[in-house]
Amino acid sequence: MTRDPAALRYLASHEWAESPDSANGGVVAIGISSFAVEQLTDLVYLALPTVGREVQRGDEVGEVESVKAVSTIYSPVSGQIVEVNSQLADQLDHLKDDPYGKGWLVKIRMSDPKEWDGLLESGQYQAQCDQSH
Amino acid sequence: MNEATKVTPLHAWHVAHGGRMAPFAGYQMPIQYTTIVEEHEAVRNRAGLFDISHMGRLRFDGPRADQWLSRLLTRRVLDMKVGQVRYSLMCREDGGILDDVLVYCLESPGGTVYFLLVVNAGNRDKIVRWIGDHREGFEDVQFHDVTEQTAMIAVQGPLARSICKPLLPPGVQTLGNYRGCVTEHYGKPVIVSRTGYTGEDGLEWIVREEDAARIWENLLLAGREVPLQVAGLGARDTLRLEAAMPLYGHELSEEILPIEAGLDFALQIEGRQWIGRDAIVAAAAAGVRRRRIGLTLDGKRAARQDAAVLDESGKAVGVVTSGSFSPTLQKPIAMAYVDAKVADDPSAKYQVDIRGTVLAAVRTPLPFYHRVS
Repeated sequence: MTRDPAALRYLASHEWAESPDSANGGVVAIGISSFAVEQLTDLVYLALPTVGREVQRGDEVGEVESVKAVSTIYSPVSGQIVEVNSQLADQLDHLKDDPYGKGWLVKIRMSDPKEWDGLLESGQYQAQCDQSH
Repeated sequence: MNEATKVTPLHAWHVAHGGRMAPFAGYQMPIQYTTIVEEHEAVRNRAGLFDISHMGRLRFDGPRADQWLSRLLTRRVLDMKVGQVRYSLMCREDGGILDDVLVYCLESPGGTVYFLLVVNAGNRDKIVRWIGDHREGFEDVQFHDVTEQTAMIAVQGPLARSICKPLLPPGVQTLGNYRGCVTEHYGKPVIVSRTGYTGEDGLEWIVREEDAARIWENLLLAGREVPLQVAGLGARDTLRLEAAMPLYGHELSEEILPIEAGLDFALQIEGRQWIGRDAIVAAAAAGVRRRRIGLTLDGKRAARQDAAVLDESGKAVGVVTSGSFSPTLQKPIAMAYVDAKVADDPSAKYQVDIRGTVLAAVRTPLPFYHRVS
């Protein structure tokens, strides 16, 4: 299933998170935006965190590497990592083609669902992307 | 955009055609138009087109131009004949590398011999100042920085020269490797050389800046069936890395000696004096302290500039200067400086530290890639 990017919220560093309301038991999927994926081109490598790890919002939870450079992935929310998309590293096309669906990166059980309010709404995030162009 | 950043004569074309622009050496340059891998592959298999106008172009006129250059350059100049192009270094008194350059011996349409130096964009101001500071006794030689009046375009790949063929007089087809000539393209004066920075065959064109956009379009038109692929600095870097060509600021710097970089072929010591010569001779006699080597890794993660190179016990023995995932070899490759004792030990095994993860690396002879033709 692919998520509607307009219903997601974002960090300025291009990570998205789904709403804790829409998800199961406060477990939300996170990923990176199509804007970020388009900027990256030539994806070659993805590193994801270990299941069970506790993270704070803003912590490093992975790396995505293109031919040219490495980009750090930051967690938009605090909580415990309950699942990672471990097949994705061998199928980076899913990240390229479906960053909001098959390209999800990590699932986190949020420790504080109110953090969602502090993330950028889709319109705000998009405006920021437009400005940087 | 930073107002101090310059643009090349082809800037408008790049922007209009999807070039992703980024600042490099004071210029807004196209990094890629589509993907780095596509552009890289086009050059290896067909032909690619690069705007390299940001590079500095310095002209020396007058009967003693060669003598002045001979003092400044590590390579012989006095025996250069019209049409020869040589890769050379310019060094400090202590042997540290100021820049790597191409020196051209050319003949103007009027029949006078002159020299052209093509230097790295990021070093142009430094080299111009250095040349000015080392002019004593050569004030009669005319020196002009012709960078802004000109543009430079590279056509690289196995089909590059055949694309250029209908655009230039027949003599250009017979240009040998590292040869150049002053010629014309539809009546416009151009300098063409069989040189490049990709490891492929091809031509580099130096043209008047007012002719750049038209010549660029003519090349694309002539190559439309190949098709000739525009390529940016991203692919230029992966291509030159596979060909193990050094890049200033990575494999070369003022803290590095030519003998450490493995550029002994660019040092011509006998019977001539040049700035840095004695220091380099002394350093060679004392024994080189580090060597440039190649490394290949498994997997997909690249070791990049500044990553530590370790021996099998985990002890630091060197540092990576350039690294990337190689589109042609489909493996991560890197160049590094390593302690000479270790580099000279054929049984030495290597590892690299990539952001805290230590991975095995295999010593690989340079270049990583050799063109077939």
